[in-house]
Amino acid sequence: MELEVKSVAPPTTFRLMNLQKKMRFKEQAIEGVLFLVGVLTIFITLSIVFVLGNEALLFFEDPEVTLAEFLGSTKWAPAIGEFGIWALVSATLTTSVIALAVAVPLGLSAAIYLSEYASLRVRSILKPILEILAGIPTVVYGYFALMFVTPLLRSVVGNQIGVYNMLSAGLVMGIMILPLMSSMSEDALNAVPNSLREAAYALGSTRFEAALQVVVPAAFSGIGAAIIVGVSRAVGETMIVAIASGATSKFTFNPLEAAETMTAHIARISGGDLSYNSIDYNSLFAIALMLFLVTLVLNLLSQWIVKRFREQYE
Amino acid sequence: MYHYVYPEETELQRFIQARYRKAWIWQNLFLLSLLIAVISLTALLLDIIDGSFGYIAYEFKKDPLTISEKPIEQFTKEELIQVLQANLSRGALNKLNSEMPLEQRSEADLYSLVLERIIQIDTKQTYSLFESLFRRAEIEAEVAEKYPNARLEFRYWLQPEFIVSPQSSKAEFAGVRTAIFGSLWVVLIAMILSMPVGVGAAIYLQEYAQKNFINSVIQTNINNLAGVPSIVYGMLGLAIFVRAFEPLTSGAVFGITDTNGRTILSAGLTMGILVLPLVIINAQEAIKAVPDSIRQAAYGVGATKWQTIWSHVLPNALPGILTGNILAMSRAMGETAPLIIVGASTFISQDPSGPFSKFTALPIQIYQWTSRAQSEFHNIAAAAIVVLLVLLLLLNTTAILLRNRFQRRF
Amino acid sequence: MFVSLREKEESTTSTQAAQPTQEYAIETRNLNIYYGDFLAVQDVNLQIQKQKITAIIGPSGCGKSTLLRAFNRMNDFVNGARVEGEVLMHGVNLYGKDIDPVEVRRRIGMVFQKPNPFPKSIYENIAWGARINGYKGNMDDLVEQALRAAALWNEVKDKLKRNAYELSGGQQQRLCIARAIAVRPEIILMDEPASSLDPISTLRIEELMQELKKNYTIIIVTHNMQQAARVSDYTAMMMLDSETRAGTVIEFNDTKTIFTRPRDKRTEDYVTGRFG
Ligand SMILES: Nc1ncnc2c1ncn2[C@@H]1O[C@H](COP(=O)(O)OP(=O)(O)OP(=O)(O)O)[C@@H](O)[C@H]1O
Ligand SMILES: [Mg+2]
Repeated sequence: MELEVKSVAPPTTFRLMNLQKKMRFKEQAIEGVLFLVGVLTIFITLSIVFVLGNEALLFFEDPEVTLAEFLGSTKWAPAIGEFGIWALVSATLTTSVIALAVAVPLGLSAAIYLSEYASLRVRSILKPILEILAGIPTVVYGYFALMFVTPLLRSVVGNQIGVYNMLSAGLVMGIMILPLMSSMSEDALNAVPNSLREAAYALGSTRFEAALQVVVPAAFSGIGAAIIVGVSRAVGETMIVAIASGATSKFTFNPLEAAETMTAHIARISGGDLSYNSIDYNSLFAIALMLFLVTLVLNLLSQWIVKRFREQYE
Repeated sequence: MYHYVYPEETELQRFIQARYRKAWIWQNLFLLSLLIAVISLTALLLDIIDGSFGYIAYEFKKDPLTISEKPIEQFTKEELIQVLQANLSRGALNKLNSEMPLEQRSEADLYSLVLERIIQIDTKQTYSLFESLFRRAEIEAEVAEKYPNARLEFRYWLQPEFIVSPQSSKAEFAGVRTAIFGSLWVVLIAMILSMPVGVGAAIYLQEYAQKNFINSVIQTNINNLAGVPSIVYGMLGLAIFVRAFEPLTSGAVFGITDTNGRTILSAGLTMGILVLPLVIINAQEAIKAVPDSIRQAAYGVGATKWQTIWSHVLPNALPGILTGNILAMSRAMGETAPLIIVGASTFISQDPSGPFSKFTALPIQIYQWTSRAQSEFHNIAAAAIVVLLVLLLLLNTTAILLRNRFQRRF
Repeated sequence: MFVSLREKEESTTSTQAAQPTQEYAIETRNLNIYYGDFLAVQDVNLQIQKQKITAIIGPSGCGKSTLLRAFNRMNDFVNGARVEGEVLMHGVNLYGKDIDPVEVRRRIGMVFQKPNPFPKSIYENIAWGARINGYKGNMDDLVEQALRAAALWNEVKDKLKRNAYELSGGQQQRLCIARAIAVRPEIILMDEPASSLDPISTLRIEELMQELKKNYTIIIVTHNMQQAARVSDYTAMMMLDSETRAGTVIEFNDTKTIFTRPRDKRTEDYVTGRFG
């Protein structure tokens, strides 16, 4: 039998050995466009800062407003020219503290159970439930707070709780933040190398002792980052408080009372008929600027912690 | 020898048992918190179902018997038209006819017009599903005592009609059609903006970006944007799209004059910016999951960078990118606060006709109806929540199916 | 309820005191270890002598770690891992129904291939194990004694409160040994304890083992033939069974015999480096 050697094509013969870099315009144009798209995201942040800062500046330039009053007073009543942010901050703080008091212990416990105890099967049932909770829009949580949790509280505690109150909003906000808290904590716990657990077991520790005294402390910074993100979520959450915690600004830390948070105030005022360039309009941007700055600092902090934590076990 | 003092023998047994007891209690506490999450979810879902059905006690403003002896349920189409013509003002009739001539309307439509415009239901009280099921006798007694003229009827607030009807100021006739269209429009525009931009940025960051200052700023910035409260995006949209770009977003430059900047376009763009970081981060994950060997194989046969990305990286990352986009869509579908601020209209009963329409959206309706004092609005809020959750479920199921269908083959 | 390992020991010693039979630290009978359906270790019968060093050698993947981890039930944490046969300690089967694995591990400590100190202070690394096991004495003394026993005291006595991660790899490994002996187990298992260390640190650990042998039974897995020859009193040679492809002990004898006059040709090839 004769071999068909010719069936294999000969190599291309290059006359010139030209391996110089070529300008590939299409390639460069594409890279340029993609780069611009990436840079565009920075402009979003810049425009947030610019818009909020600009309008807030107009607010503070108004003769009725002083920065000292804004940051020092506890009365917020735009109708009579009172702009003390503490009246709104107090409600934001109260609802956030309640929310975290729910979300941090529950979320962390859930994470410990999922990462240290649950079998694959139990996990595959419980984890999706948390994911469903995480996917429910906050307006639905608001309905739940007003229509279910508040009546429940009122039937348990009695009618000293108003129809609108910070307790119910805070509790439901805690449930809303729980999945985030638990999934971030679980990531942190899973990042703890198994060798530490084995070391603990080999010393004769129970699963619980290893989990709570070795794994959790080792994941501490990751858990801290989760808590910080939780705080930022709670401070920025709008719909639950807008629906369930009341529509009057009031300086109070009593969770049984109704009071309006920073976010709920923005939502209520801007939802109505609001004329541009009024002091009310500008005041909303001053509040939003505060919100933005607080959450920005919190987010940066948690990212920094997560990054350091990741390096620790690499 | 060392002087260790450890429990031994039976003391060790007791000691270990005590530790086990403690561990057992804690383990159950951990499990309990998961249980609380499960219970909360169950309570939430049940509460919504609870609101979507139940007894309604209502009276008629105008007694049907003054119209005819025959119960109006049994009226024929012609009779219904006659009643409408006899009882409505000329102006109202003209308006109805201009929307759609009475003769062409369906019998059900005419029937509800008669109820809505002439007989006029006056709801006295509504009851939740569980009350209706388990306290029926009490409800009947209460209604008989408090509203002697009222009728008591079991009502499905969540019914096909609720989905296809436009909004109405009467809860009994309101539907979510307008809101569904509004939501779909907003999500559509949001995705048109965020998909190409987001995927482009993700490609840049994963495939091109060297480790340098500007790129790490971009990455950090994106992670931060993901954590900015949605209400802040609303303020951004208000200042930029609604106000600064009003001529554009209101459609004035295209000759549309009857709106201001509070349009679907403004809302969609705002929402697009809101979900952009989410789209980018998800797309980055999908691109990261494409193994390097695929890129090297392409380079090995002399492909340029973009050829490699376009014909090898992107096709392999596509399912992941799509999944991420769908998740971003469901986020855009459920977000409420930015829409309130950008200014979804409180009352609008006409389907949006394009990007420059005024609009309402599902979450806005839920918020509005929940905030009303009358209980019948809470019932339709619950029904609207069911509709919203079903839409979200559909989206997420698609995402999961997509993920399973194209499960990683590397 | 779990059966006390000690009670059994007392009864054996009291009834059998008259006829002094050899008491082993650990004895395995027909031990098979599975990962799911995969038979990793097959039919191991070993008698580990008290207060001696026993080395387990053999090619990579032959099941040395698997066997070692079966001695203190560390395989319990591996999904699907399962054991047939018996591992006896004081005549009690460690895989018996009423046996408490926590107590087993409290009595059989382990040092791992890679140093794995807790991300806590040097002091806490030792104190933690003692505390969870109900130590009632003076903690400072215990820490010092354990560190001295692990030949680490002089190097760290001025920085006990510093994080253990600041130590060198060799120091970390000695800290792990100190941590293991601080709870005073009866047996210490070591899985390639020196494999990630430099020769000098390795030497320190080998000396340390000789010292520990006075009080403890030690079982060590090693890839290093010289190390096995230097430190161990007995050696078990493991190899994959040619038919079942499961690891098994093909020869077990005192170290000198294994290295000079092995009975099995495969052992001879392996210890002289002709394996392949
Ligand atoms: N967790 C596990 N799940 C499934 N199989 C495993 C697991 N651990 C080990 N094996 C398998 O069991 C066999 C023995 O593994 P083992 O780690 O005991 O070997 P070894 O002798 O310690 O090897 P080396 O010298 O490389 O450490 C191997 O085939 C390995 O693939
Ligand atoms: Mg090994």
